[in-house]
Amino acid sequence: MTFINIEANTDMRFSEDQQMIQEAARGFCQDKSYIEAVRKLLDSETGFQAEIWQEMVELGWLGMCIEETHGGSALGLDCLIPIAESMGRQLLATPFFASTLAAQQIQRAGSEAQKSRYLPMIANGTVATLALLDNEDWGAEVSKCSLSADGKINGRKVLVEAAAQAEIFIVLCQQGEQQRLAIVERSQLADSAVEAHTLIDETKRAGIVNLNDISISEEQLMPSSAANALDDVKLIGALLIAAESVGSAAACLNLTVEYLNTRKQFNKLIGSYQALKHPTVDMLNMMEAARSQVYHAATLLADSQGDITRDAEIACRMSKASANDALLFAGDRAVQFHGGMGFTYECDAQLYIRRAQWSQQHYGDSAYHRKRLTPLLLA
Amino acid sequence: MQTDATTLDAFRAEISQWLINNIPEDPGFLLPQSFMEVGSEEQLEFLIAWQKKVYEAGYLGMAWPKEYGGGGMPQVYQNIVDEELMNHKAPIIFNVIGLGWAGPLILDMGTEEEKQRYIKGILTADDIWCQGFSEPDHGSDLGNAQTRAVRDGDDYIINGSKIWTTFGNYAKYMILLARTNPDAPSKYAGLSFFLSPMHADGISTSPIQKITGEYGFCQTFFDDARIPASCLMGEENQGWKVAMRTLEYERSVHGGQASTYKFLPIAMEDLLHTCKTIQRDGKPLLDDPVVQDQLVQFLIEEKSLALMKERGEIPELCTDYPFSLALSGKLIATELFRRARQYAVSLQGAKGGLYVGDNMAIEGGQWQRGYFNNFSATIGGGTSQVQANIIAEHALGLPK
Repeated sequence: MTFINIEANTDMRFSEDQQMIQEAARGFCQDKSYIEAVRKLLDSETGFQAEIWQEMVELGWLGMCIEETHGGSALGLDCLIPIAESMGRQLLATPFFASTLAAQQIQRAGSEAQKSRYLPMIANGTVATLALLDNEDWGAEVSKCSLSADGKINGRKVLVEAAAQAEIFIVLCQQGEQQRLAIVERSQLADSAVEAHTLIDETKRAGIVNLNDISISEEQLMPSSAANALDDVKLIGALLIAAESVGSAAACLNLTVEYLNTRKQFNKLIGSYQALKHPTVDMLNMMEAARSQVYHAATLLADSQGDITRDAEIACRMSKASANDALLFAGDRAVQFHGGMGFTYECDAQLYIRRAQWSQQHYGDSAYHRKRLTPLLLA
Repeated sequence: MQTDATTLDAFRAEISQWLINNIPEDPGFLLPQSFMEVGSEEQLEFLIAWQKKVYEAGYLGMAWPKEYGGGGMPQVYQNIVDEELMNHKAPIIFNVIGLGWAGPLILDMGTEEEKQRYIKGILTADDIWCQGFSEPDHGSDLGNAQTRAVRDGDDYIINGSKIWTTFGNYAKYMILLARTNPDAPSKYAGLSFFLSPMHADGISTSPIQKITGEYGFCQTFFDDARIPASCLMGEENQGWKVAMRTLEYERSVHGGQASTYKFLPIAMEDLLHTCKTIQRDGKPLLDDPVVQDQLVQFLIEEKSLALMKERGEIPELCTDYPFSLALSGKLIATELFRRARQYAVSLQGAKGGLYVGDNMAIEGGQWQRGYFNNFSATIGGGTSQVQANIIAEHALGLPK
């Protein structure tokens, strides 16, 4: 038995492209998604402003990793990370992740016809999403949604990100022993087919997609290798959510530090009490650890041109587990350290503790990833 | 001196080969896992000989100036040596207080005469150094040190006591923090910093037995001890600044150390190898999913720690709290090792109850001993709790 040398690969770089994108994304998200704007969108139908989405399209973010022949700019996946982190920092919620991951799935496993039809649409802002789950289980190996021999889909997909906004659904379904992916368009579904979920994170949107005898043509079915590509796309999803969570954890920490530096009790700033000070240092260190993991993973993906190598898989999973834990701890302590105010809806700490609960499950909680790291690290 | 990748790779291969050829054989007695654990003459002699060998081969103090005995090369060469020492699990480079703290301090702030006098002996291990900062009543509150130094002609007369003096009984020199003005407006303003001899009338040491049962440091007593006034470093009553600078070297906030290889690395890999030999519920321990989950968690944390250095070199990724990575390293590393070693003992089933000396103890009881000794890292050089205060105040900007 030989164990992996965990310290053997510590590559980390921050490219000029990433720097430029970070600068642009930070500025954009600060301008568009200040806290009042975030709050205004909480009870809106879509959770985002169409104008802002359009600007993101014009900035080229939706086509960032799409091939040039299909209307994108063909940058590496590492370039998405500063955007995801900036969005998390400002709690800017849009169908960016859903569309980006759907595009990855099509680019990696779609037929030429599927790529030519859908990738330019996504790069131009048509919302696409992955409809994967039949229940709460991110680890399910068999889909309950069936695809019959004559091309009919039957089932119900739940927790589908941006379901109500999406025009393109990539649906995971079961055909005998095989998992298959089909691209379904909104026009094929009844108006009532999509129902909204009530989410713990009010900045996000997800829903149920009812698929009753939806007939798909051969052209809508992705090649049989698409299920393997989906494993990679789910890892990229985990990394993007991890990057977003690192941004949210940093913002949550800043909020807490600011409060600890202004609130006084017993004639002292509460930040001077070690009972609050030391866990705040833990918040900082957990956030920093997760950020290191995320940018290391980004570097490995840049080096492998997007291939999920063994090291990249380890890095993506470690990133998600670290970022989950960092944001959960930050959100939890932020509420507690705001005292009575922290328990109110008015206090912004609630935004982060809610985000933490949503993001931890999205593309796998920490224990899910640790379990999948076991054969990679201990076998 | 070239620092391109090809040259550095070739150098790494060279030092690696040298280590394979020159790492001494197992001496037949337990070697210390850190510089704070040297407890016997035979260990000391072994480590002096090893340091001399490394120095004479040109692999120690490589970035220190040539005129004082160093190699005059870029720091990256020493960093590579330190990494390879670790990769080969070589014996530690023990004269740490000289190589890591006093040496860089003297090169940074010392006079020409001090550099000529002290630097070479640090490198050759002819002069062992110790540190006189903590006192029995003033550990974390270092600025409150009460050991007195009174000027008397060409001498200072020292009275008081220092504690946790690693190498106190072996050292030739001490970096000493003592109070020259008890009436200063603040406690910090009355302190002075000395490069003091240890072999002087009135200076005595008494070894302290640790929780492991071994010896590794001393209490040092000053009883009307006379040291030359020329031992004063910097100005009288300006010692706090010098002490703070020293602590920055100690906590690796700055580079410039002649070597930083002062702990035998405890990689999680070692823990995993230990696990292979252990049974739980009639099956190999590593088949237990509860154990797997915790081990993977440790591996994630180890990876985060290993990534800190790379991260710290990318300023665009350190914009929130620019000092956090540099200030947090000691806290994160020492606490991770403490938890991992504690966990390693808990994994041993009934054998977790054995200790060094029992021939059934797993790997000679090194995890048990290592767990105990790890407290010297989470307490020494500023306790974890003091470190957390420093990070909170200096990285996060929280109030004192």
